[in-house]
Amino acid sequence: MDHNTKSIAYVRTQESPKTPPPMAVGGVGGWLKENLFATPRDTVLTILTFLFLIWIIPPVVDWAFISAVWDGESREDCIVPGAGACWAFVEAKFGQFMYGRYPLEERWRVNLSGLLLIAGLVPIAIPSVPYKRENALYLLIVFPVLAFILLTGQFGLQPVETPLWGGLLVTLVVAIVGIVVSFPLGILLALGRRSDMPIVKMFCVIFIEFWRGVPLITVLFMSSVMLPLFLPDGVSFDKLLRALIGVALFSSAYMAEVIRGGLQAIPKGQYEAANAMALTFWQGTRLVIMPQALKMVIPGIVNTFIGLFKDTSLVLIIGLFDLLGIVQQNMTDPNWISPQTPATGFVFAAFVFFIFCFGMSRYSAYMERRLDTGHKR
Amino acid sequence: MAHQEGVSAGADDSGRVSFMNDPKARGLVFQALLIIAVMAMVYIGVSNAVNNLARAGIASGFDFFGERAGFDIGQSFIPYTNDSTYLRAFFVGLGNTLVVAAIGIFFATVIGFIVGLARLSKNYLVQKFATVYVETLRNIPLLLQLLFWYKAVLSILPSPRAMGLEPGANVAFSLNNRGLYLPRIVPEAGSSFILFTLIAVLIFWFVLGRWARKRQMATGQQFPVFLTGLGLLIVLPLLVFFVTGMPVSLEYATLQGFNMVDGWVIQPEFMALLLGLSLYTASFIAEIVRAGILAVSHGQTEAAYALGLRPNLTSRLVIVPQAMRVIIPPLTSQFLNLTKNSSLAVAIGYPDLVSVTGTVLNQTGQAVEVISITMLVYLTLSLLTSAFMNWFNSSVALVER
Repeated sequence: MDHNTKSIAYVRTQESPKTPPPMAVGGVGGWLKENLFATPRDTVLTILTFLFLIWIIPPVVDWAFISAVWDGESREDCIVPGAGACWAFVEAKFGQFMYGRYPLEERWRVNLSGLLLIAGLVPIAIPSVPYKRENALYLLIVFPVLAFILLTGQFGLQPVETPLWGGLLVTLVVAIVGIVVSFPLGILLALGRRSDMPIVKMFCVIFIEFWRGVPLITVLFMSSVMLPLFLPDGVSFDKLLRALIGVALFSSAYMAEVIRGGLQAIPKGQYEAANAMALTFWQGTRLVIMPQALKMVIPGIVNTFIGLFKDTSLVLIIGLFDLLGIVQQNMTDPNWISPQTPATGFVFAAFVFFIFCFGMSRYSAYMERRLDTGHKR
Repeated sequence: MAHQEGVSAGADDSGRVSFMNDPKARGLVFQALLIIAVMAMVYIGVSNAVNNLARAGIASGFDFFGERAGFDIGQSFIPYTNDSTYLRAFFVGLGNTLVVAAIGIFFATVIGFIVGLARLSKNYLVQKFATVYVETLRNIPLLLQLLFWYKAVLSILPSPRAMGLEPGANVAFSLNNRGLYLPRIVPEAGSSFILFTLIAVLIFWFVLGRWARKRQMATGQQFPVFLTGLGLLIVLPLLVFFVTGMPVSLEYATLQGFNMVDGWVIQPEFMALLLGLSLYTASFIAEIVRAGILAVSHGQTEAAYALGLRPNLTSRLVIVPQAMRVIIPPLTSQFLNLTKNSSLAVAIGYPDLVSVTGTVLNQTGQAVEVISITMLVYLTLSLLTSAFMNWFNSSVALVER
């Protein structure tokens, strides 16, 4: 009975004073502990990476910014001892890098084509803008015709021969023609590969596997050296067009495989539903199957385009001057030859390619997240 | 039953459907048209080609393969001089392509796995570094990277003389604008015993592995196969090396005049190609590895921990085997891409298949034959690789009910 009367001394009546969180959890120290020095192995890795970074970053920064030559007239400014990147070279040659030898007074036509392209691309890239079908038709049909008229010079415009084209212009022309042509061809090939007709299927499989099995460089050699042999006497294409044919055939095989992926992901019920509605094969494909399949493979299409965009640099091997080709050609300009010129030119070209490809890959990732609505099959 | 009757009734009806609306008949007509169109195109193309070749005075056929090539090739793994035939030059090119592809695949896979795992690391610095690596390298064209390594890095290295190498002195390691110089291993009489020992140990390792596996299946007892094998692999050849009286010597490179002589030289073209190919492909492999590991559900890790497996064993026995199933198919296509991309060697002057056949084409003018052969070789390589990887893939695939 005695202990009943005892007070329960272990119950606090007041709040105890607050203590700060341990060093290892909150604040900068906690973040460091958790993200950099969690285990002994992590600590070693962190130190090694850190050492590598302080070995590599200061020289690069010094080369690209601090010791770089920003203004200059000729190689004299860039061969001073200890000079870094020769940005003056890029500045002097910028026009060539963008347009090649396209006549100065006609460059507005290239700019206008670029604007027309952007006017079509921006609305189709934003999912909430309506009129997607009309927009796609503009990009796939109207824009190529307009750009062709503007760039080559039809209807009274001063004609500009394709050997004068160069730089980013050629890069974009090859990539865009490749994608615009390969899109319908790819759809046909993908449908053909899934067709019930054995001969059609066989042709499509052989076509796709052939182009996917050979390197683009041999395709370009083929279209530039072998193709003229197969044409009747007197018929000849210009060099750019031959490269375009090679690139278009090559990329349509890759596009076909991407689209086939989308077709395979469509449940069988959709095909049956289209048949049950008495739609013909082409009606069903156009109205039911393709809209779903294409939407599903937008990231794949963008990735194919990124690959194609990077691969356009290969046309320099058959003697066309795309961005990389013209940068490389200008490096041998006696007025600008210096030990730093090659590195500067390549870094500039790499930067331009990176901007385009990285932008597109971010967009592709964004679409992937948007399309991933949680109904994974 | 009713359904089947419906079908048979429909089949009977087909006699009354007009020819144009019968899918089977239409399909046949369509395919016949396709065959005719393709044959017509082939016929027109071939007859044009025959005409054009006749006018240019080029005899078609593969007879030129037997003629003297007359050009030199910088690097060759089979004996070749400019007196050899075109056929031999062709095989030299093929060999160079295969060598750079095989070594490139090895390095790309190793770097790719390391970077892929680093991207999943909890270590902030390591993870960010791997991310920057992947995003930079895969968004820049491979050709640009090759040219960068070749023209902006390796070509502007100092010359052997400017490096301050002493004339006549032995050089164990030197990287200059002539290439990477390392000592060459010169086998002498009796060195074949070392090679035989190496092969014997490898075979023993393989047999031991199978035996240990069988024993573990039967009794549950484990045997340290890896440590045993590695130990034997190091100790036995060394033992034979000393017993046979050290029959291997090193031949060092030396500077003579302006040039380096002797030693084992890795040419700058080869280095640039290997660097470019492996670093570029590694950035893609890293993404594949990352996606593969993320595809294994986290429940698998938790289940392994619940069974008391340590983190290392968890990755080795539970996560990686499952991730491999996701990784292997896209990995195959990366290996194929690397092999096909090795054809960019032509831009930096490494004598690969495309580069050699390009020279042959310029000398003989046999465009059709040369380009078809080149394409056929790549096609065969592609098909062989994918056949092998399909076989490998099916051997690790999940066996389902």
